[in-house]
Parts: sequence; C-alpha cells; structure tokens
Amino acid sequence: MNGEQTAAWIRRAAEVVAADADRLTRLDAAIGDGDHGLNLDRGFTAAVAALPEGAPPGKTLIAAGRAIVSKTGGASGPLYGTALRRAGKALGDAEDVDAAALGAALRAALEGVQELGQAVEGDKTMVDALTPAVAAYEAAVPGGDIAACARAAADAAEKGAEATVPMQARKGRASYLGARSVGHLDPGAASTVLILRALSDVTEGK
Amino acid sequence: MRKLINAPADVVADALRGLAAAHPSLRVDPDAGIVVRADAPRTGKVGLVSGGGSGHEPLHGGFVGYGMLDAACPGEVFTSPVPDQILAATTAVDGGEGVLHIVKNYTGDVLNFRMAAELAEDEDVEVASVVVNDDVAVEDSTYTAGRRGTGATLFVEKIAGALAEEGADLAAVAAVAREVNERSRSFGVALSPCTVPAAGRPTFELGEDEIELGIGIHGEPGRERTKAMTAAEIVDAALTAIDADMPLAGGELLVLVNGMGGTPLIEQYIAYAAASSWLADHGATVVRPIVGPFVTSLEMAGVMVSVCRLTPDLTRLWDAPVETPALRWGR
Repeated sequence: MNGEQTAAWIRRAAEVVAADADRLTRLDAAIGDGDHGLNLDRGFTAAVAALPEGAPPGKTLIAAGRAIVSKTGGASGPLYGTALRRAGKALGDAEDVDAAALGAALRAALEGVQELGQAVEGDKTMVDALTPAVAAYEAAVPGGDIAACARAAADAAEKGAEATVPMQARKGRASYLGARSVGHLDPGAASTVLILRALSDVTEGK
Repeated sequence: MRKLINAPADVVADALRGLAAAHPSLRVDPDAGIVVRADAPRTGKVGLVSGGGSGHEPLHGGFVGYGMLDAACPGEVFTSPVPDQILAATTAVDGGEGVLHIVKNYTGDVLNFRMAAELAEDEDVEVASVVVNDDVAVEDSTYTAGRRGTGATLFVEKIAGALAEEGADLAAVAAVAREVNERSRSFGVALSPCTVPAAGRPTFELGEDEIELGIGIHGEPGRERTKAMTAAEIVDAALTAIDADMPLAGGELLVLVNGMGGTPLIEQYIAYAAASSWLADHGATVVRPIVGPFVTSLEMAGVMVSVCRLTPDLTRLWDAPVETPALRWGR
C-alpha cells in the first residue's frame, strides 16, 4: 500500500462516516450523549482536508490522526486520532508497506487506543471490534495480501461489534446507565467497523 | 423549544461575546472558545486552566480571575473542548512555573486534556493534572467510568487558585487540588430535565410528580426515580448518601447548596435550611456555607449538595481574596 492508497482509505472512511452519521448519532443517543456521528463526521472531514500531497503511508496517517484529535472533541477524537497516529508512527518512512507492516501498524493502533482509554474486551467499546479485527488480520497475513487481510479484519470487527449488544458498558458515559446499557450496539464499535470496511473496500479496488 | 438564543449553533460563541462585553477583566476569544485573565501570563505564578462542555455556567468561565482560574476553555454544550483549544489556553497562562489542568471526570474531558498536556509538554510547558470525581451517586467505579466531577469543582478551583496566587509551586498547587477533591462529596437531584439547544428536546422525561435522584450535570438520568418529595426529604436523601460514603460527624464543613439552573434562589435557601439542620443533628459543623447556582445544567430544576471536610489551611485558602465574574470577596 502506498501513500496515495492510504489517503484513499481516509477519504473513503470520511465518506462512509458522513453517510452513516445519523445512524451513529442515534446509536449514541440510546446509551451516550448523542453526538458520535456529528463528532466523527467533523473529525474525518478535517482529516481529509489535512492529507498531505505525495507523502508516504506513515506520514499520511499521522497527519489524519492529528487533525482528528484537533477537531473532533468528545472521547472519540482522541481515541481515533491516537489510533491513526500510532499506526502512522509504526509505518515509519516506508514509501510502500506490505501486509505484515500494516498488521503491525493496526496492532499499534489498538495498543494506543487501550493505553489512552484503558478499555479491555467486554467493556462495550470500540476495543470489542478492533481487538478481533487485528487478530483476524494477523492470522490472514501468512499467504494473504493486504486486501485479504483487511477483509478478514472488517468481517471480524463486524462480529465483534454485534457482540457488544448484550454487554453492560463499563467505560464512557454509557457506564452510568449500568444495566440499562444492555441491548444496544456500541456506537464506537459500529464506527470501527465502518473504518475497517473502508480499508477493505479500497484495497480490493472497490 | 423556547430559549433565549439567536441560533442553536451560535449559543456558545454568543454567550462568550456577552461575557467579554460584561467583563473587561477577561480576554475572551469567542470563536476559539478561550477565556483568559487579562493580566496573563503572570511571571512566577502557576497557571490554572479548567474547561469542559458549556451549559454549566458560571463554571468555568465565570471563575476566571484573581485568586481562581487563569483560563477556561468551554466546549460545545455538554461536549468536551478539543486539545488545540486547551493547548492555546495553557500556553497563554504559562508564566514559567507550569500549569495545572483541573478536569472533571468524564471520558471526553479526561482524554482531551491528556492529549493537550502531551502537546504542551512538546512546547516545554510543564503540566500537572487533577481529576475531580466527587459525585457519590455513581457507586461502583470498577464497573463504570468512575465518579463524575460535579459541585466540588468549585471548591477545587477556588482553593487551588488561592494557593497559586500566594506563589506556591506546581507540585504544591496540584497537591492541594487533590486534597480538596479527596475531602469532597456531592449528590444531585433533578426536578426537571434540560434541553440541549442543538438537540431541541429534553434529555429525559419526568412525570408531573416524579423526581430523579443521583443526577449528573449533563441531563443524564440518575440512579433512581422516585415520587416527588419535600425539600427536607430531598436534602436528607442527598446528605444520607454523602454521609454513607464519607462520614460527616465531627467534621468542619464547607457546604454548597447548588441550584441546577432552573430552581429559584428562594428554593435553594429552603434546601439550605434543611441541610443546616440535618448537619447539626448529625454532629457536623458548617464553618463555610455557600448557596447559589454555581455548577448548573442549563435550565434543569433541582439542587446539588456538595460538602468538603475542611482543615485550617483549606479554610484559610477558601477565605482568601477572589475576584471573578461569579465569585468575589475580600478584595
């Protein structure tokens, strides 16, 4: 994956977040404060505007992450911004990255999210989608190209997000609801699916 | 939705323009969302920065001034400020002695302040942070994001601000802020929900004869819904919850009876009368009372009781001169 394809991923992610902003906001209104779609749309729009011309994948992701941190607000800005910045740092200055390198970057993104948000699997957060996604990506690396790995990651994220429905939230504003948070899809897990699906689609040439 | 606004999208900036026009002692950037003491940065003084979602006025912008905050960064209504905004406030008040961030314990606030602290350190500004989490209504911190920061934020900002004004260093100012937080507890009750301007509808529904116990300050539902009660019964519920968490008997207390935004002062004094006699009956002494709307939740009706167990040093710092739009004495 080169810098231009990396930028294409961020642009596609911004498109799908904008298209699904209302759904994300409705999910958030049920168990949070009802601004996830609005905030993430603002953040990814800023990320697209900040994409550098002709930069390698690492620098591209760092610039996008920095813009998301700056413009989003709420908890999702620091979390998604940190994820992209950490992934970008892990990619270094390479002009073209292979499936294994991108896998290591996704692993770094997950670690950054967990370090900042202190969430573990089962807390009903984006970590419940991202953790199985990274594991599935890594499992597909032997013999798989980036597109195959990314598809495995997006499929696993989708299953992980669905699994948040029966969970009781232990992080974020949803946790104040206690048992009343059960029965709702976590909006952060839902947006993680969108962003990984965007990676899968772009690398498959869709 | 009937509100005294021009447009939902302009609520925060329009309010900041009013704050600026009314208080020349403040430097306000309504579009960037930053409120700074006009005399900042003060060389040799630790800077104090707080912030969070708007809708809690006078918190935090109304507490910027001599003896309290050096800067505030208000976010959108009930939405945390962004790191760039916090960073701008931090560098604006750094007088070379470092900056203390006072953060209410909400995930968004905590994360955005943490990112801003990292960015400030990249610019060689030393930052310490204290997280306020005084709300006893959130019971089990292992299974939640932890207790929310509410009424005790007023105590932390006033007392830490007084110590910074005396010239104490960053470690000492951070330590007193943590001490005040550890010695403080709050419990709030809502008689009505509130409406975020951009959302246009109430955050929750309450029946005509219902109240919500254990509320936060963002119109989020509380821990229990009950039938309407008298002021004395409501205050009893609040102080009983606080006392169960931090025994009050024998304490010398700073007590805040805080209107949530939509409750008139006459009712806040009715609540204070109940608090005063409850505390006397339970062997506690109120040495510093304060009554009024200081940490609000838009037009929510209701009351929050906040208590701090004072020490002689904390009492002295509470009494120290302060001159801000919303709190002023001794100067």
